[in-house]
Amino acid sequence: MCGCATYSLQMPNDIVLELDAGTPSEAMYGARETTAAARDTKRRVTMNAERNDDWAAYVLRVKEHQDKQAFAELFRHFAPRVKAFLMKSGAEMTLAEECAQEVMATLWTKAHLFDPTRANVSTWVFTIARNKKIDALRRQRRPEPEDLAWGPEAEPDQADVMSIQQESDQLAKAVADLPEKQRELIERAYFGDLSHSEIAEETGLPLGTIKSRIRLALEKLRHEMR
Amino acid sequence: MSSINHHLTDALLMSYASGTLDEGFSIVVATHVSLCDECRARMESFEAVGGSLVEDVDSVEMTEDALEATMALISAAPQFEVERKASGNVLPQPLCDYIGGDLEDVHWKPVGGGVKQSVLDVVGGAQVRLLSIPGGAAMPDHGHNGLELTLVLQGAFQDEDDRFGRGDIEVANEDLHHTPIAEAGQDCICLAATDAPLRFKGILPRLAQRFVGI
Repeated sequence: MCGCATYSLQMPNDIVLELDAGTPSEAMYGARETTAAARDTKRRVTMNAERNDDWAAYVLRVKEHQDKQAFAELFRHFAPRVKAFLMKSGAEMTLAEECAQEVMATLWTKAHLFDPTRANVSTWVFTIARNKKIDALRRQRRPEPEDLAWGPEAEPDQADVMSIQQESDQLAKAVADLPEKQRELIERAYFGDLSHSEIAEETGLPLGTIKSRIRLALEKLRHEMR
Repeated sequence: MSSINHHLTDALLMSYASGTLDEGFSIVVATHVSLCDECRARMESFEAVGGSLVEDVDSVEMTEDALEATMALISAAPQFEVERKASGNVLPQPLCDYIGGDLEDVHWKPVGGGVKQSVLDVVGGAQVRLLSIPGGAAMPDHGHNGLELTLVLQGAFQDEDDRFGRGDIEVANEDLHHTPIAEAGQDCICLAATDAPLRFKGILPRLAQRFVGI
């Protein structure tokens, strides 16, 4: 950790990521050799730990107080990832930058629609980025399912928020731990290389627990809507 | 909601969640999901997979003034968003978005035998239409070249094996040859999407096919 004070000052939340992804310490101090695969796994594991950041609280601060500081934190974490996601999906640099800014602006303007009992912030950001991709890259309209009421009168239960966060972390870890070939297929499906007919009937993704959790949240929501 | 017996496949849900499914099929998926919380939960699980990939991607640095530019976008954003029309009595919200209203607002075109259709305006390789089949009438006996999704919105139909009521979706591919019959009673309203023209077995329906394009 030594010699990294500037990193920690500039990006407190990303310090682990920056160290491992950029490996400045290993480069500087000639640390132990690691295979690319081992480093990859290590990076994913540290990132999983990092996901405990309570991004949902930041979105709440944006929603309730138009908190620019909270938004800046969200921006710093998510915008470069959205940009990368869009580039992997085929957008060139300038378009990806422009779209990533629009995605982040949508995060602000639609903060009131985020339901933290059904998704973590990464998932919500993914859906906004995906819709932007369909609009800007595929130039198709996105048919959206029926909106489920979510208003300020219905305060999210913190235990439910915690649960979906944990389930999302578990899922992320499981996806990261998939055999390389399988993980590659999943990535190709999400970055737009596979058509529906090329996706296997059995995806091998362990979605059972998170699905049950979301199902419960939906039932609760339906009950409240009545 | 609990009476739905026929659901979407993982491949369709994953393709829809990842944003790669054609618009025509996506309308059917979004409409089914509006009626089926089980498939909505599965779809949102696939979205969570997308979330994990976004979290795990090697990030690409934004330009220096990106945050400032984004704040400007936010300031310029309209204060009040256009509200979506609510679901109709028969048509769920995603369909109302396309039709601009409920069932009574659909512009039907007769295609013979009392069957009516209304083709929706979409981009991409999959065509999608609303079909209205008189109660008790048989659909032409046909097979399928590609993928065909049929979602029941009113009434019901039966084929040799199964019954499909409101919310049920039939996912058919080239292996399926069947003769669906609309249940007696009210007209059966279906939303059907396909990426290939249907092929009919009989000579008469095949002639008709050239005129009606189903």
